[in-house]
Amino acid sequence: MSHRILIVDDEPNIVISLEYLMNKEGFQVAVATDGETALQLASAFVPDLILLDVMMPKKSGFEVCQALRADPALVGVKIIMLTAKGRESEIAKGLALGADVYITKPFSTKDLVLQIKSLLA
Amino acid sequence: MIRSRLTAQRLAFLFLLGCFFFNYPLLSVFNRGGDYFGLPPLYAWLMGSWLALIALMAWVVEGKGD
Amino acid sequence: MLQSWVIVLASFFYLGILFAIAWYADRRADAGRSLIANPVVYALSLGVYCTTWTFYGSVGRAAASGIGFLPIYLGPTLLFALAGFILHKMIRVAKTNRITSIADFVASRYGKSQLLGGLVTVIAVVGVIPYIALQLKAVSNSFAILASYPDIVMPATAGAVPLFQDSALYVAMILAVFTILFGTRHLDATERHEGMVAAIAVESVVKLVAFLAVGVFVVWGMHDGISDIFSRAAVVPEVARRLTTADSPAAYGTWGTLVFLSLFASLLLPRQFQIAVVENVDESHLSRAVWMFPLYLFLINLFVLPVALAGMLHFPGSAVDADTFVLTLPMAYQQEALALFVYIGGLSAATGMVIVETIALSTMVCNDLVMPLLLRLPMLGLATRADLSGLLLEIRRWAIAIILGLGYLYFRVAGEAYALVSIGLISFAAVAQFAPVVIGGLFWKGGTRDGALAGLAAGFVLWTYTLLLPSFAKSGWLPDGFIAHGLFGIELLRPQHLFGLVGLDEITHCLVWSLLVNLGAYIGVSLQRAPNLREARQATLFVGGAEAAGIPAWRGGAGVTDLLPLAGRFLGSERAQEAFVRHARQRGLKGIEELPADTRLVNFAETLLAGAIGSASARVMVASVVTEEPLGIDEVMNILDEASQVRAYTRELEQKSLELTRATTELREANARLQQLDRMKDDFISTVTHELRTPLTSIRAFSEMLQEDPQIDLDQRVRFLGIIVSEAVRLSRLINQILDLAKLESGRAEWTVAAVDVAEVIREAAESLTVLFAEKRVTLELDACPAGFTVLADRDRLMQVLVNLLSNALKFVPADGGHVKVGAGALCVPGNPLRGQATVNEVRVSVTDNGPGIRAEDQEVIFDKFHQGAGTADVLTDKPQGTGLGLPISRQIIEYFNGRLWVESTPGAGARFVFTLPRQAGDNVAVLPGNTVPGGSWEHKKQTGGAP
Repeated sequence: MSHRILIVDDEPNIVISLEYLMNKEGFQVAVATDGETALQLASAFVPDLILLDVMMPKKSGFEVCQALRADPALVGVKIIMLTAKGRESEIAKGLALGADVYITKPFSTKDLVLQIKSLLA
Repeated sequence: MIRSRLTAQRLAFLFLLGCFFFNYPLLSVFNRGGDYFGLPPLYAWLMGSWLALIALMAWVVEGKGD
Repeated sequence: MLQSWVIVLASFFYLGILFAIAWYADRRADAGRSLIANPVVYALSLGVYCTTWTFYGSVGRAAASGIGFLPIYLGPTLLFALAGFILHKMIRVAKTNRITSIADFVASRYGKSQLLGGLVTVIAVVGVIPYIALQLKAVSNSFAILASYPDIVMPATAGAVPLFQDSALYVAMILAVFTILFGTRHLDATERHEGMVAAIAVESVVKLVAFLAVGVFVVWGMHDGISDIFSRAAVVPEVARRLTTADSPAAYGTWGTLVFLSLFASLLLPRQFQIAVVENVDESHLSRAVWMFPLYLFLINLFVLPVALAGMLHFPGSAVDADTFVLTLPMAYQQEALALFVYIGGLSAATGMVIVETIALSTMVCNDLVMPLLLRLPMLGLATRADLSGLLLEIRRWAIAIILGLGYLYFRVAGEAYALVSIGLISFAAVAQFAPVVIGGLFWKGGTRDGALAGLAAGFVLWTYTLLLPSFAKSGWLPDGFIAHGLFGIELLRPQHLFGLVGLDEITHCLVWSLLVNLGAYIGVSLQRAPNLREARQATLFVGGAEAAGIPAWRGGAGVTDLLPLAGRFLGSERAQEAFVRHARQRGLKGIEELPADTRLVNFAETLLAGAIGSASARVMVASVVTEEPLGIDEVMNILDEASQVRAYTRELEQKSLELTRATTELREANARLQQLDRMKDDFISTVTHELRTPLTSIRAFSEMLQEDPQIDLDQRVRFLGIIVSEAVRLSRLINQILDLAKLESGRAEWTVAAVDVAEVIREAAESLTVLFAEKRVTLELDACPAGFTVLADRDRLMQVLVNLLSNALKFVPADGGHVKVGAGALCVPGNPLRGQATVNEVRVSVTDNGPGIRAEDQEVIFDKFHQGAGTADVLTDKPQGTGLGLPISRQIIEYFNGRLWVESTPGAGARFVFTLPRQAGDNVAVLPGNTVPGGSWEHKKQTGGAP
C-alpha cells in the first residue's frame, strides 16, 4: 500500500514540482494551498506525511503544525517543514512545535526524497 | 547627660506629663474640699505630683547609666 | 530690741560677707581653680529666680488666692524638662558665638543687627524696672517693719514719705554701689562674673534656709504640724476658701497662662539668661540643674500655703499685709533672731536679683544701646580713641545706677497700687515678648531681622498699652479715664478689654493680645522675603546644620597690627595682648608676629570683641579695619558668591546626577531605537531572503528533475522549462525592484524632473500593457482623460507607477469579464486662510478594477514592503506573480513628488487605487473652483496616503 503525502504550499510552481516528485515515487498525493485547507485535508485524507510550508495565507505553517500535533487522530503523522525562512530561531521553533524534519528552500530533490523515505520506513 | 538624644526625649516626655499634671482638667478633679492625710486635695496633688516629676527628671538624667 | 542700727549693721555685715565670697571666687578663678566649676553651684545660682516676690510675695499671693502662687514655679520645672531641646542648644550657641546677653543673642541671631539689639534692650529695661521696684519695696518695707519691733506696724505708703526719709531710696543707692563693685571691676572678654555667681549661689542657700526656718517655726512651733494648720483653716470660712481655687474656665485659663508665662520668664528674664546661659561654665552642669533647680523651687514653696493660712488665722482682717506674714509671724511670737534671719533672707533674695539683673541690663545697655550710638557720633572721636575699656566700664556703672534709679522711680510712682506678685507679673509679660524671636530663632531658619523687629515692637506696644500704662493710671499718675472708656473714648480700645475681650484677668488679657500680634508680625514680616546672606549664616549657626561652617563671615583679612590695637581699645591692651598670644599658640605659632592676616584671625578678633561689646558692635568695629570693606557692594556680592558656591555645591552635585540620569535615559532610548531599527532590518533581510528563495526553489527543483530524469515526455519538459524561465524572470524582477527600492529609500535615486502631461503618460502605460490585457481578455477603459493637465515629475517613474497599478489590477480581475478603468482629472478647492486651509489644486489619477477588493484593515498593509505581517494575516497578496514591492515603490515615487497614493475599496466590489500630484500652475486647462473634474466624484481624502 502506497503512502499518502499531503503537500501544503501556496506557491503553485513549487506545488507542481513536489506533486510531480511524489507521484513519481509512487505516493498518493493531496494538495492544499493554505493552512485551513491543509487542516481539513489532514483530517479527511489522513496522510502518512505532510510537506508543510511556513509562509502561507490564512494559517502559517507553524500554526498548522501545532494544530496537527494537538489532534489525537493524527498521531504518528510525519511532518517535514519546508520553508524559505532559514533562520536558526525558526528552525528551532518548527522542531519545537513537533516537525520531524525542517528543510530550507531551495532544497535538493534527491535529499528530500531520501528524507521522506527514511521517515516513512 | 542631656547630650544623649534619648535622654532629651525622655525629659520632653516628662514635660508633657507635667503639662498634663499641672493643668485643667486634672486640676479640677482635686479642686474640692476634704483631705488626703490631713492635706487639702489640691495642695496634696500638686506638691505630690511635682515632687514625683522632679524625682523622675533626676532619675532620667542621673541614673540609668546613659 | 532690734534697733535700726542693728539691722543696718547686720545688713552691711551680710553684704560684706557676700563681697568677700565674690572676691575670693574671682581670685580662685584667676588662679585657674574655679569655685563655680561645679554643677551644684550652677543649680543653686539658678535660684536667683526666687526673689522677694517668692520670699514675701508668694505668701501674700497664697493668702489672696490659695494655691495660685504655685504656677510661677511649675513653669520653670517644665522648662527644665525641655532643657535637652532648648537650654542645651542655647548654651551651646551662646558659647560658640560669645553671646553676652539676651539682647546680644537676638541681635546676633538675626544678622547681628544693632537696631534689634537696641530694641531688645529697651524692652528689657522698661519691662524689668517694675520688677526691680518690687525688690526695693520689699526690702524697705521689711526694714521698716522690723525696725518697729516688737510692734507690728505697716509702713507708710511709698509716695507719702519725703524723698530723703524714704528707706527705699537708700536701699536703691546701696544696692547700686554694691552692684557696681560686684559687676564692673574689670572688663572680661567672656563677660563672665565668677565671683558674682558664687555669691548668688550662697544667697540662694541663705534665703532657702531662712524661709524653711520660718516654715518649720510656723508649722511646728506655732502649730502641731501641717495637718493641724489645715484643719484649723478648714473651720474658718474666710480661710477655708483658700484651700481650693476658683473652679471656672477663666481661673484654669489664668492658671495655665501663668504656668507658661513663668516657663518663658525663667528663660528670658535678663538675669535668668545671664545665669543659665552666659555664666554657664560647662554645659554638662545642666543635667544636674534639671532636677536640682526644680527641687530648690519645690522646697522654697513647701511652706508657703501653711504660712499664709497661719498668717490669716493669726491676723484676721486686713490689718497686716499678707506680703509680710513671713516676717510678722515670727515677730508676733517675739522670735527676734528668727525675724532678723528672715529679714536677711529677704535681703538676700532682693540683692541677688538686683545684682544679676542690673549687671545683665547694664551689659545690654552698654553693648547694644550706648556704644552703637556713641560709635556713630563722629564728633566724639571714639572710633579713633586709643583705649575704650575704661569708657565701657564707665558706661556700665552709669547704666546700673540709672536702672536702679528708674526702679526707685517706679516704686514711688506705682509701687503701692499692686501687690508684690502683680508687679512681677508685669515684668514677666514684658520678657515673654522675647519668646517668639528667641525660640523661633533657635528652630526656624526663616526668621528675618525685619520680622523680629516687627514682632518685638508690636508685642511691646501692646504690652505697654494693656499692662504698663494701666499700672500708672491705677496709681493716679495718668488719668484713668482711658482705662474705663478706652483711648479717645473708643470702647474697643479699653486697654484691659481690648476689642471687647472680657472675662480674662489683665495678665492673660495682655499676653493673648501681645503674643498674638508679636507672633503674627514676626512670622508674617519674616515671610515677606527670604533671609539675606548674613541672616542665613546666623540662622544656620543658631538653628544648626553642617553647612554653616562653609559660609565665611569675612571675605577680607586684616593683620595683627590692625586687630590687636582695636581689641586693645575695648579690652585694655594687656588683656588683648594675652588673648592674641593664646590664639597664636593654639594655632601652633611661636608669637603673634607670625599670625597671618586671614579670615580666621578676623573671626577670632570679632569673637573676642563680641565678648566685650556685643556681637553687633563688634562686627561694625572689625569691619572698620578689615582691608576689604566687607559692606561694599562688590564685597557683598563676593560673599554672596562664596556662600552660594558652598550652598550651590550640593545643588550642583544633584544637578549633575540628574543630568547623568537624563543622559542615561536618552542613551537607553537611543539604544532601544537602534535595536528596533536593527530588528526591522533583520526582518527585512529575512523577508527578502524568503522572497528570493521562493523562485529559486522552483528553479532548482525543476532543473534537478529535468536533469535526473531524461525520460520525461516533451510536454512536461516544455512546461517545466517554461516555469523555470518565468521564475527566473520573477527572480530578476525582484532583484531589480529591491535595488530600486533601496535606491529610493536611501535618496540615491536619479530623477529627471520635467513638466509631464498626465494623460499622455496614462495612454502610454495603457498601450504597453494592451497585449497582457488582451491575453486575459480584460477590458481596459481610459475614462475621461483630458489632455493638458501637467505635473512636475519624472516621466519614467510616473510610468512605472501606472504600469504597476494597472498590472496589479489586471492580476486580480477575473479573466473574461474583468474590467479596469483609468480616470484622470483636476481638483480645485480654494483654501480659507482664516482657517489655515491652503488652496488645493491637484491632479488626480485613479485605477479602478472589478476584482475581489481589499478589506479595510489591509488597505494600508499592502503598501508595506513584502506585505509585512502577511505571514499571519489573510491578505490578498499579489501572488503568484507579484513581488510585494510594487506598491511600496509606487508610493515612494508619488510621495517624492509631494503627492499621495491610497486605495479605496469595498470587498467584493473592486478596488480603486488613487494618486494625486500637485498640479503645475499655468497649464492650459481651466477648472472652476470647487468643481470636480470629469471622471467621477472624488472623496477628498487628504491624509489617506500618509504624510509625504
